Amino acid sequence: MVFEGLSEKLQNLMKKIKGQARITEKDVKEMMREVKLALLEADVNFKVVKEFINTISERAVGSEVLESLTPGQQVVKIVHEELIRLMGSTPAKITFSPAPPTVYMMVGLQGSGKTTTSGKLANLLRKDGKKPLLVACDVYRPAAVKQLQVVGSQLNIPVFEMGTGQDPVDIARKAVEHAKSMQFDVVIIDTAGRLHVDAELMEELKRIKQSVKPHEILLVVDAMTGQDAVNVAGSFNDQLGIDGIILTKLDGDTRGGAALSTKAVTGKPIKFVGMGEKLNDLEPFYPDRMASRILGMGDVLSLIEKAQEAFDEKKALELEKKMRSQQFTLDDFLEQMQQLKKMGPLSQVLSMLPGMDAKALKGIDMDDKQMARTLAIIQSMTPQERANPSILNASRRQRIARGSGTSVTDVNRLLKQFEEVQKMIKALQGKKGSRWMKGLGGFRRPF
Amino acid sequence: MGVFDKLKNGLKKTRESIAQKIDQVLVSFGKVDEELFEELEEILITADVGVETSVAIIDQLRDMVKKEKITTAEGVRQAIKRIIAERLSDEQSGLNLSTTPSVIVIIGVNGVGKTTSIGKLAYLLKSQGKQVLVAAADTFRAAAIDQLEIWTKRAGVDIVKHSEGADPSAVVFDAIQSAKSRKVDVLICDTAGRLHTKKNLMEELKKLFRIINRELPGAAVETLLVLDATTGQNAVSQAKTFSEVSQLTGLILTKLDGTAKGGIILSIKNELNVPVKFVGVGEQMDDLQPFIPQDFAEALMAAE
Repeated sequence: MVFEGLSEKLQNLMKKIKGQARITEKDVKEMMREVKLALLEADVNFKVVKEFINTISERAVGSEVLESLTPGQQVVKIVHEELIRLMGSTPAKITFSPAPPTVYMMVGLQGSGKTTTSGKLANLLRKDGKKPLLVACDVYRPAAVKQLQVVGSQLNIPVFEMGTGQDPVDIARKAVEHAKSMQFDVVIIDTAGRLHVDAELMEELKRIKQSVKPHEILLVVDAMTGQDAVNVAGSFNDQLGIDGIILTKLDGDTRGGAALSTKAVTGKPIKFVGMGEKLNDLEPFYPDRMASRILGMGDVLSLIEKAQEAFDEKKALELEKKMRSQQFTLDDFLEQMQQLKKMGPLSQVLSMLPGMDAKALKGIDMDDKQMARTLAIIQSMTPQERANPSILNASRRQRIARGSGTSVTDVNRLLKQFEEVQKMIKALQGKKGSRWMKGLGGFRRPF
Repeated sequence: MGVFDKLKNGLKKTRESIAQKIDQVLVSFGKVDEELFEELEEILITADVGVETSVAIIDQLRDMVKKEKITTAEGVRQAIKRIIAERLSDEQSGLNLSTTPSVIVIIGVNGVGKTTSIGKLAYLLKSQGKQVLVAAADTFRAAAIDQLEIWTKRAGVDIVKHSEGADPSAVVFDAIQSAKSRKVDVLICDTAGRLHTKKNLMEELKKLFRIINRELPGAAVETLLVLDATTGQNAVSQAKTFSEVSQLTGLILTKLDGTAKGGIILSIKNELNVPVKFVGVGEQMDDLQPFIPQDFAEALMAAE
């Protein structure tokens, strides 16, 4: 979970303060020391931390907090607000040129994830109804062109390349011409990874910029970057003038202080975050949600949005009906699991729920493989068996275990689970407007 | 250009920025006082050394200054250098390649420079007269095999590969059989980049090590974790989690030719006692250098 350490730290801190009637100046000092340490351990740049602490201290020592009835909440609010302010108060959208094609240029250090992110971005924009073209301008790294081609073919998105013997500036220019004549809406130029101190290669980027006049230059930054994030982002911004940042590899356990640092040093918004290795794992960056996450308040909005995308409205309605009429079968169970699977890895979904801190998550085995096993078991049953599991005798169970490549124990475990769910549904029956049903209704009718 | 010069050159930016800052600090303070220690601590933190380790280093420095009655700025510089070098020193700084074949497994998160490091390492070992075979066990990332193949051609070593999407353990299995029959000295295994938090992928890695231990019982196995010098505190988490899969025998610290300082290795050494064995200081074939703590500390702190 992103920022887990930081949120854990702040939560513990707030617990301490929560027990007190009022906050003294000494408390604030103590608290700020903790916040400072937490932010530094989260890789937020030293200078950014200093500035942040100054702002918070000023606000916290003020009467606002001292007179507050619930000082803990007040401080959480201040830290939360300042985190949002630092990361940009509104979600930044990617913009399109009024005269298509819109050209985006992807830049960054080696290994930050430019090629994969280019593919993800193209995929995302195509979902929005655009017709994207990927351009392979990394002529230096061995097999980089091939990599983009493979990504393109996986997505079925065309890739413009001229091998590795050409000047990237020419490739970019010809790609844009090609896009114009072939009526592509969007051109995504994947450039070679380079160090911000490599004058020659930075010059090349400037020439590409001059030649194709990109609508946006997007800096791809590894979320695990440490103190150096300010140097990298600052330098790319000074030399090229970037328009936005894409933060990658946020699906790891990095605390992601780079998010704060890069925004603070460039003033440019983070537009997307990379959340996994699959080509649809690119998500918009919401500063407020990220701040909530920092403070351990969960990321409920993201979860709901995911649910909305994945859940089929009609199916959800049917499911709700079935639950009401107590006909919840293994088929429905399977359906539900498949819906859940569409929302992404279970661990990712769960990590967005409030109150799910890292420690709690460690105890739960959220193996995607296990999910696949469950699917295999149910799919190995006949329609009859799925509708009425009570007919499952020993020999049927053995057959199912063989068919799904599992053991009878696995089958039994699943049936036990299913029974529990059925019981739960029965218990919920009649309790109109129970919390659980409300939740399901929410999935059906997006709020 | 000797090894030392090359490393020095690669670390120039690191050294310059730190040395500059330290000079500034020493000039502005001149004498040894509490504020000086605080500023030095800040410099370490800014180099990604980490709060805890930075505090420990400064405490040690404070003791040393007191005990040895250091009163000059230059004295403090020498003292920090000594502390850093001492902390990074390790008896196991070389590769253990005592068996034929020996195995080197290269692991790490995505984008740290595993494949490039393998190309350089293969070249280095070959130039030492070793017969090297490389296993292309990153079957996941698009065109990773092609990338490795280009590097092996440059280095002039053989490669064992399957198609993309193949089972990495199967690639390693084949490579081991091949290594045995060809009697190669060193088998280097590339692996797919994986975030250490992905359970399935870490299990896959475990399987790969099981295959190696089963097929080559008693073989010398070096497990080298590749770390990007730009990585912050997460590198500690990476090192910890990867060390749960297999005993890490060393680190390769890459991309030291930028402005990143790679100070995180001090924290990793402190917590896990894993030595750095190589540093990557550029994109050329010979830009992989053995890590020498004294040189590192010297290059880091030396004034121009």
